[in-house]
This record gives sequence, structure tokens and C-alpha cells, in this order.
Amino acid sequence: MPQVPDRTDRPPELYLAFRADPASIRRSLAGMLVCPPLSALREDARGSAEVVLAEALNNVAEHAYGEAGGQVEVTLRQETAGIRCLIVDAGRAMPGGTLPEGRLPPDRGPALQDLPEGGFGWHLIRSLCTDLSYSRIADRNHLTFLLPS
Amino acid sequence: MQLQTQTRPKVIAVSVIDDRIDAATAIQFKERMRDATRDGPMRVVLDLARVQFLDSSGLGAIVAVKKLLGPDRVLELAGLTPTVEKVFRLTRMDSIFTIHPNVDAAVAYAASA
Repeated sequence: MPQVPDRTDRPPELYLAFRADPASIRRSLAGMLVCPPLSALREDARGSAEVVLAEALNNVAEHAYGEAGGQVEVTLRQETAGIRCLIVDAGRAMPGGTLPEGRLPPDRGPALQDLPEGGFGWHLIRSLCTDLSYSRIADRNHLTFLLPS
Repeated sequence: MQLQTQTRPKVIAVSVIDDRIDAATAIQFKERMRDATRDGPMRVVLDLARVQFLDSSGLGAIVAVKKLLGPDRVLELAGLTPTVEKVFRLTRMDSIFTIHPNVDAAVAYAASA
């Protein structure tokens, strides 16, 4: 494997901290997408990045914090293979300490009322990013993944 | 969340004016859709041509609207932009809706049905 040459210029990195609620998440996402490194992605990859980030941040708001609310931090850094993302929150740990498998909701039957209205989030995340990992460090959730560029 | 409705013979077309349906607006979208489609024609076309972004909450809300309409009415989709199309495809929800390239094609289809 050839070595990646050292670069003296720092790769573009973006750090944002904001309240994990739907309105703040929407506003912060809009800000992230127009700044490096996400702004350099092609339109298709940028759309996928927005879906992954939105789903991961909505999970923090809905499940890690719930009603109580709290702060979430996002760091985005350009790497050779894509954009490395780190999302940190101080909410509840993932149940069982592991990420959901992200299977699509099971087919419960042909009736209209059997159609699923949720349970798509982790499937979308797992479909659109790589290197997904989760750890609980010092009472904080750390979710990292790579957005292919 | 702003919707624009147009009633044509046999079909009501509802266009979403906002550029996204996400966790911040999914509940409002569902309520506005319920109001917009109350007592209308049997066939409803949801025009998503202006919607650039849909997350799983928005997707869930569209499925919920299909349920609200009940088994005797039809919800069809039109004008999916690339990211919206991707969310439908990856979740396989593209298989439960008839999807038209644009609202005019959807209305013509309804008129001929």
C-alpha cells in the first residue's frame, strides 16, 4: 500500500454544537451542507449525506434525549475515502450498548393498516454510509461513520 | 407547511410548497393533508416536485396519509426528486405507491382510469 503523503494544509473540518430538537437539527443541517467539507460533495452524495445525518440526529433527539432535550456535537472531517463524521451526545445509551441492526420493518400483512410508518431510520443510515460504529465513553454516546464522497 | 390543492375531474392534486418534509414538519404535513383531502375525489395525487429532502419521519407521514384515506381512496405520488426517490427506493416504500414522473402525467392517468 502506498503511503498517503503528509499534508501541511489542514483538511477542512467542521464542528457544530446545538440543541437536539427538530427545528435546531433542520437549521444546523442546512448550515453544514453549505460549508466544507460537505459542500464539496456531488449533489447525489450530498443528498445521501443529509439523509444519514438527519436520521442520526433525529435519533439523538427522539431516543437519547427524548423529552428532556440536550446538546449534540457534530464533527465532520475530510478523509481520503470520504467525510468522517462524529456525533456525540450526553443522552441515554443505546439499548444493549449496540446499534440497531437496521432491518426494514417486517411485512405484517397485505392490509392497508399493516403498512409501517416508522422503523426506517437505521436502515437508511446503514445503507448510505460505511464504517459505522458506536461507543459509550464517559456517559456520552459516540457515533462515527464515513460518508462516501 | 404549505400545500396547494387543485381539484380536477376524478382527482385532487396536492402540491407540497415546502422544500422538505422532515421531523420538524411531518405531523403538520399529515394534518394539512387530512384537511386538504377531506371529502374530495377518490384519487389523490401528492406532487413532491418541489420537495428536495425527505427523512424517515416524512416518509412515515406519507404512509400515514395513505392509511388515513382508507381502502376506498387512492394516494399516488408524482415528481420525486433524486434524494426523495432514493429514500422511497431504499425503504422499498416505492412498491406500495404508484409513482408518476410529474403531476400532469398523474392527472392524465387518473382521467383515463
